[in-house]
Amino acid sequence: MRRLSEERGTLRRLLKKKSVIFGGIVCLLFLLTAIFAPLISPGDPFAQDLKGSLSPPSKEHLLGQDKLGRDVLSRIVHGSRVSIAAGLTAVTISLAIGLAVGSVAAYAGGFVDSLFMRIADVFLAFPGILLAIGMTAVLGPGLRNVIIALSIIGWVGYARIIRGQILKLRELDFVAAARAMGVPSREIILRHLLPNALSPIIIEATFGVARAIVAEAGLSFLGLGVQPPTPSWGAMINEGRFYLFVAPHITTFPGLAIMLLVMSINFLGDGLRDALDVREGGEFL
Amino acid sequence: MTGYILRRLASLVPVVFGVVTAVFLMAHLIPGDPVDIMLGETAQPAQKEALRKALNLDKPLGEQYLLYLEGVIRGDLGTSIRTGRPVLEEILRRFPATLELAAGSIVVALLIAFPLGIIAAVKKDTPADGASLFFSLIGLSMPNFWLGPLLILLFSIKLNLLPVAGRGGLSHLILPSLTMGLGMSAILTRLLRSSLLDEFGQDYVKTALSKGLPRRRVLLVHVMKNSMIPVLTVMGLQFGALLAGSIITEMIFSWPGIGYLTISAINNRDYPLVQGCVLFIALFYVLVNLLTDMAYGLFDPRIRYEKAE
Repeated sequence: MRRLSEERGTLRRLLKKKSVIFGGIVCLLFLLTAIFAPLISPGDPFAQDLKGSLSPPSKEHLLGQDKLGRDVLSRIVHGSRVSIAAGLTAVTISLAIGLAVGSVAAYAGGFVDSLFMRIADVFLAFPGILLAIGMTAVLGPGLRNVIIALSIIGWVGYARIIRGQILKLRELDFVAAARAMGVPSREIILRHLLPNALSPIIIEATFGVARAIVAEAGLSFLGLGVQPPTPSWGAMINEGRFYLFVAPHITTFPGLAIMLLVMSINFLGDGLRDALDVREGGEFL
Repeated sequence: MTGYILRRLASLVPVVFGVVTAVFLMAHLIPGDPVDIMLGETAQPAQKEALRKALNLDKPLGEQYLLYLEGVIRGDLGTSIRTGRPVLEEILRRFPATLELAAGSIVVALLIAFPLGIIAAVKKDTPADGASLFFSLIGLSMPNFWLGPLLILLFSIKLNLLPVAGRGGLSHLILPSLTMGLGMSAILTRLLRSSLLDEFGQDYVKTALSKGLPRRRVLLVHVMKNSMIPVLTVMGLQFGALLAGSIITEMIFSWPGIGYLTISAINNRDYPLVQGCVLFIALFYVLVNLLTDMAYGLFDPRIRYEKAE
C-alpha cells in the first residue's frame, strides 16, 4: 500500500494540464460560435424544408434535418447563443447579488447575519432546479424568466462563500500585521484580502456557468425555457425525442454540444481550482 | 443521542416555515390574474368568482397566508383545479412510484460507484484509475434529459431489450434508474476514491497491516467503514438532486410519479397542484437531510457532541 500515498502522480498532473488547455480551447470555440453565429451558421436556422423532414446527416445538411426540415447544425450554432447568454447572465446576476448580500451579512454581523443565514437555509432546502422549475412555471416561459429563476437560486452559494471568506480573512494575523506595519487599508484590501477572497468565488462561478447552462437546457427541455421557433439545445433534444426511432440525430447532436461545453467548463474549473487553491499555496495558513 | 435529535429537529422549524412561506409567495408571482390564467379567457364570470373564492384569492394577502399555513399544518394542500381531488391525495397516490424510482437510482449509483471507486483508489495512477476518472467525467457532464433518450435509443430501439416507457416490473425500472443514477454514481465514485485514499494514509491502517491482517480485510472492513461518512453525506445531498431530477426523468419515461405529476400540473396551469408538488418535494428533501444528519451522528459520536457545544 506504499503506492497509495497522497502524492499526485506526474502523469495525472500532466493530464490535468492538458485538460485545462482542451477545456479552454473548446470554451473559446463555443464562445466565438455564439458571438458570430449568423456568420458561421451554414444556413438559416428557421428555414423549413418539409421535403427534407427528418432526413439523416448528408452533404447539404451535415447534422441532418429536424421534423420541419430545418438544418440541425444551423440550429445548434444559433442555440449556443441562448445557452451561453443564459449561463453567463444568470451567473453574473447571482454573483452581484451574492457579493452584496454576503459582504453585508459578514460586516454587519448580529441580527442581519443570522437573518441571512436563515434565508439561505430556506433557499438551500429546495433541491436542485426544483425552485427554478416552480418559478418558471408561475412566471411563464421565456429566456428572461429562466435567467431570473436561475439567478434567484444561484446567489445563495456565492453569498455564503463570500461571507465565509470575509469572516475568515478578517481574523488572520497577516491582516493585523499589515495594519500594524502601517500598510494603508486600501492596499490591504486590494493586495491581500480581495485576491484571496475571490479565488473560491471565481472557481465556484466557473462551475456555476456550467450548472446554469445545464439548467437552462433542462428548463427548455421541459418547455419552460426559450419558446419555439428560437433554437435552444434543450428544446431540440425534446423535439427529437419523439423521432428517436426514425431520426435519432435530432436528439443526439444538441446533447453532444451540451456535454462538450459543460465538460470543457468543468475542466477549466478544475484547472482554476488547482491553480488558485489558497490551501495548496500555503501562503497564509 | 436524544438531545442531538431534538436539537436537529428544533433547527428545522425555521427552515420548514420558510419553505412554506416561499411556496405560498411563489403563487403570487404569477403575472396577471391567476384565475384568468388557470381557467382561460373564455371562462364564465361566475366560474371565475367561484375559483377565486375557493383559492381564497378574494381575501387580503395576510389572511390568505394564514389560511395557507393553517391548511398545511392540517395536511390540506388545497384542491386540484383540474381533477377536483385534494392535492395531497394526488401526491400521495404518485409517491410510491417516485420512491421506487429513487431507490432504483440509488441502487444503480452504488452498484457502479463502489467497484469503480475502490478499484480507482487501490490502483491509483494506473489505467484503471484513468478509466474510472473518464467514466465520472462523462457521467457528470451528461444531462439526464439527454442520457434518457440515448438509453431509450440504445436499449429499447436498437437492442429491443427494455421497454420505452411506463411503470411495470423490473424491466421498466432499469432505464429510468440508470438515467437518474449515473450522475450520482459519477460523484460517488470520485468521492469514494478520495475518501479511501485519505484513509489509506492513516496510522491505524499501517498498524492493521503490520499486525499481519490481510490487505483485503483491512480495506473492506476497517477502511470502508471510516470512508462512509462523506459518502453518506453526499448521498443525502444528492437525494435532493435526484428528486428534482425525477421531474425530467419521469417525463421522459412517462413514469407515473410526483415528477410527472408536477410537469402535467404545470402544463395544465393547475397552480394549487404545482405548489403542492414543490412543497412536498422540498419538505421531503428536508426530511431526508435530517435523517442523513442523524445517520452520521450515529456513525460518529464526535458529531453528536460537537454540535452540542
